[in-house]
Amino acid sequence: MENIRTESRAALHVNRTIVYVVCIALALLSILPFWIMFVNATRSTAEIQSGLSLLPSSHMKTNLDVLLSKSFDPLKGFFNSLIISGFSTICAVYFSSLTAYALVAYNWKLRQAFFTFILLVMMIPAQASAIGFYKFMYQLHWTNSLLPLILPAIAAPAIVFFMRQYLLSMLSIEMVEAARIDGAGELYTFNRIVLPIMVPAIATQAIFAFVASWNNLFMPLILLTQKDKYTLPIMVSLLKGDIYKTEFGSIYMGLALTALPLFVIYFLLSRYIIAGVALGGVKE
Amino acid sequence: MRRKSVSYSRFGYMFSLPFILAFLVFSFYPVLYTAVIGFTDMKGVIPKPVHILDNPFGNFTDLILHNTSFRISLTNTALIWILNFIPQVGLALLLTAWFTNQRLKVRGQGAFKVLLYMPNIITASTIAVLFNSLFSYPMGPVNSLFESLGWIDAPVNFLQDKTTARGIVAFIQFWMWYGNTMIILIAGVMGINPALFEAAAIDGANGWQTFMRITLPSLKTIMLYTLITSMIGGLQLFDIPQLFLFGGPDDATLTTSVFIYGQAFKGSYMFNKAAAASMIMFAIAAILSGLLFYLMRDRDASRLKKAQKRIKKAAQAAARGL
Repeated sequence: MENIRTESRAALHVNRTIVYVVCIALALLSILPFWIMFVNATRSTAEIQSGLSLLPSSHMKTNLDVLLSKSFDPLKGFFNSLIISGFSTICAVYFSSLTAYALVAYNWKLRQAFFTFILLVMMIPAQASAIGFYKFMYQLHWTNSLLPLILPAIAAPAIVFFMRQYLLSMLSIEMVEAARIDGAGELYTFNRIVLPIMVPAIATQAIFAFVASWNNLFMPLILLTQKDKYTLPIMVSLLKGDIYKTEFGSIYMGLALTALPLFVIYFLLSRYIIAGVALGGVKE
Repeated sequence: MRRKSVSYSRFGYMFSLPFILAFLVFSFYPVLYTAVIGFTDMKGVIPKPVHILDNPFGNFTDLILHNTSFRISLTNTALIWILNFIPQVGLALLLTAWFTNQRLKVRGQGAFKVLLYMPNIITASTIAVLFNSLFSYPMGPVNSLFESLGWIDAPVNFLQDKTTARGIVAFIQFWMWYGNTMIILIAGVMGINPALFEAAAIDGANGWQTFMRITLPSLKTIMLYTLITSMIGGLQLFDIPQLFLFGGPDDATLTTSVFIYGQAFKGSYMFNKAAAASMIMFAIAAILSGLLFYLMRDRDASRLKKAQKRIKKAAQAAARGL
């Protein structure tokens, strides 16, 4: 008996070692490419050409100067991305919450049909309507405007779906009725009483909506042709162009600059992000 | 006392209105417009009269029957998706089994989750260009690493070889998404009734048996959800192949989205061809969405409906009995 127990304990020990080795290897695999990116952003092109190093060097300033001397304006890109992502996130979470509230709090004839419809259109790929969208915006003279990248966020079916699930479990109709008796208007009730209840769900969805918009390449790429309107992902594509052909240090510097804001956001909010991913999966 | 009853139902319509309007203008109309363009001869930058083709399905038949690039793009999309999805789910399942194993009690799970999920949050465009630089030839970080480890004797030109280029795109996709899948699966396991695991432990089931007989069957719905959302996402794969090698070398990483973009916006302005290809993609996504819809249809509502029916029947029966 004693023998079996020590044996199984030994086996557990071996298993545990394997688990840690694999997990640490995978963690390194996640870190290493970005580590090399940040390190190479500080190395000169000659150093990068001579081999791999995991320690930073001293050419950060030179790389930055070369990068900025060739019509690469990360600050402009950063602000364009910030405006688009910021406003589209506000549109997405506010109007999705409002739509979800309409689905949960009111009993209207087409409610069930509308919800079914939202489920149906949840997965329409952007590419499926891209050509028509582009041509339509072209006719409106809205290419090179930020509006077509912001306003479509008002209709975000997946966020409505999530918000509806949240409201179903959190909203008490008594509270809404109490507000009515106090003479509050319906929109006022939504803004002042329902929205505060939804803050946790809004925060989660806002992070994901923001990151998705921030990382989006396809739509900005087809709509924006003026350099001063470029978003960060489009700027990244400039790094692959001919102008930086051999300036490896600057390419890495440009990449590092575009990724940096996301690293900051991620390490500040990682707990909520991981919790949000977990929540997204069990939303059946 | 008479109470005036107020109907609030109109607010349901009113509050849904912004969503409906934005959807009609920015999604529905563009989809219809794209579909129409697919039947026309619209091409070129300079606007000129557009006509419906004599053979309305000309663009579609052309693409499917005669356009090798398009067919290659469909095969590539499927191939890259399969190459990324199978290892992705395999690894995610393995990690899920480890992280949820009560006897192993893996420590630092929080930190591992944060690190393994990290690539998913970073801009795909940045990652694509980064990997292009990492795999550069003859002197790139990966080549130097592999050489110093003794895995290769001479630098490999990863980016010029069709197989490695495609493999790297699939790898990036795998690397960006397995953490996401893992977290979803772990959440799924957390949702399983603990009594099931206790019963298995009392019956003397080992870790493998518990995983195969309890964990895996309980994860069926979540796995299906992951499968279908991943397929729809894979269908749209654009950022990585576009910025990694612009669909090259020799169309090896040309996905359907890259093909559509190339047809419409990279000098040839074949809007009709691109629109037709979009519609084919839309059809595939619609079929997949239909599957997902059946999977996620509102169970609460259907249960409620059943309950109402039962009450009605009971009431009728009672009425008859009286």
